[in-house]
Amino acid sequence: MKTKFFRVGFVHVSFILVLSFSLVSTIQAGVLDTFMGEKGTVKISGGTAHIPVMKEAAKRIMTVNSDIQISIAGGGSGVGIKQVGEGLVDIGNSGRKPSDMEIKKYQLKMFKWAIDGVGVVVNPENKVKTLSKAQLIDIFSGKIGNWKDLGGLDKAINVYTRDKSSGTRDVFWKKAIDKGEITDQANFVVSNGAMKSAISNDPYGIGYVSVGHIDESVAPVALDGVVPTLENVKQGKYKIARGLYSNTKGEPSGLSKKFIKYLFSHEGQQIAADKGFIPIQ
Amino acid sequence: MKLIDRFAEKFFWVSAVLSLAVTILIFGFMVILGLPLFKGGHFFDLFSKPWLPDHGIFGVYPMIVGTLSITLLGLGLAFPLCLGCSAFISVLGPKKLGQIVKKIVQLMTGIPTVIYGFVGIFLLVPIIREMFESGSGMCILTASLLLAILVSPTMILFFSDSFDQVPQSFLDAVDALGGNNAQKILYVILPYSWRGVLTGTILALGRAMGDTMIALMVAGNAVAVPDSVFDSARTLTAHIALIIAADFESLEFKTLFACGIILYLFTTFIALSVRSIESKSWGKK
Repeated sequence: MKTKFFRVGFVHVSFILVLSFSLVSTIQAGVLDTFMGEKGTVKISGGTAHIPVMKEAAKRIMTVNSDIQISIAGGGSGVGIKQVGEGLVDIGNSGRKPSDMEIKKYQLKMFKWAIDGVGVVVNPENKVKTLSKAQLIDIFSGKIGNWKDLGGLDKAINVYTRDKSSGTRDVFWKKAIDKGEITDQANFVVSNGAMKSAISNDPYGIGYVSVGHIDESVAPVALDGVVPTLENVKQGKYKIARGLYSNTKGEPSGLSKKFIKYLFSHEGQQIAADKGFIPIQ
Repeated sequence: MKLIDRFAEKFFWVSAVLSLAVTILIFGFMVILGLPLFKGGHFFDLFSKPWLPDHGIFGVYPMIVGTLSITLLGLGLAFPLCLGCSAFISVLGPKKLGQIVKKIVQLMTGIPTVIYGFVGIFLLVPIIREMFESGSGMCILTASLLLAILVSPTMILFFSDSFDQVPQSFLDAVDALGGNNAQKILYVILPYSWRGVLTGTILALGRAMGDTMIALMVAGNAVAVPDSVFDSARTLTAHIALIIAADFESLEFKTLFACGIILYLFTTFIALSVRSIESKSWGKK
């Protein structure tokens, strides 16, 4: 039902827009032409960092061809890998490379179409905007428990984290806190979006999100002097980064194949760049 | 006519067996899939150990504590309010106003819990955080307050229905003796309708225990055993929602079935106690 609602809304609103758009640029329409005459559904789930790009791509495809329905769900990287492996969805996204065991068990075919940084974020009201790696490790392990020790207000630090199957957590844990402990007092949130709203609501909170999700509602924290921005990730200065994968069970075929091809097209890569990720090509 | 009768009888029979079978099958399903836990011989460790997946320890003790504290506190907060509200509807308030309040309460039953969670995050969490200056505001107290609102309609409607069943002659007798409304409630209505009150409370307990969204959204979901009502805590239901993404083959995932079994037994126990109270009250009449 959700998909249908989504589709109808967009078809009406942006049909004219796309008409004029395709008149201006025939090359761009060319990529979407491959979807002409197609009919069917594509079910996508998994990584929550991917969602902005998935939504935009789906919107553009469904606008030129309203016979195609693309549904996008979250759930996190673990869910994406599991659901595509069990055949519940056509494309399962993950913000980490699926493990060798997962690849073998589900015969996964991986497509890495962008690179994404994972940045530490605090509330914009927080004065602490720079941390060393050692401080970060101590904050997440619970050794540093007050913002006062970091030059901030005399308030307890509220640590926010993601569940273990999250790809964002995976890269943060490996590359930002060197596989250190995360305190058992930490609050758990279920997606990149939920992390953003938790931090933007909590003046004493600290968490981590995909760089593509950082906007004015949260403040990025410079780690050892490097601010997690798109530019810094692209130049390799900011090291906490991972690939964004779309996975299929076996070789993709039909609409899923075309969808993935679209992600790798000039237009698809442009969408990824617009949403704050680094295109692969 | 007779054919229809017979068909109807068969139909009801099949429906009854089917719903019974589904209930039993679900339980069997959880036990079978959770079997590796029993085999390891560590099944009872689950109920006493902490949750440390990085060290291969998958105890759900903190979640059991979380579930019980959030549920019981929520119920404790809701109970006096609901008692007062239903007394207002049935006895204390003007008839018209009481009916309006009752209609509003009936409307409340339809509000999805995710709405409460959403409102909780943006309204209640900041208030609790600033008011008590302890933690992030995502804590047992916040979740309990929202749960109290969630279960109130169930309790209020049950209470006021059982209050309404007190025979009019009893109430008239109080009036004739010159008793006031408060005395009416304390000495006649409550002693007469305590079974309805208990049933409503137990049903509300089941509802509170089974709710996932509110705890998941506002309780903070920390895996530590909570020390105070201002600590972040995780319920069994929220735990299932969070861990469901884990690898299907992992032991971590298998522990979900243990959580499921615990919840199942809790709710079955609740349902059975409601049944026994009800049957006793029928027997009395």
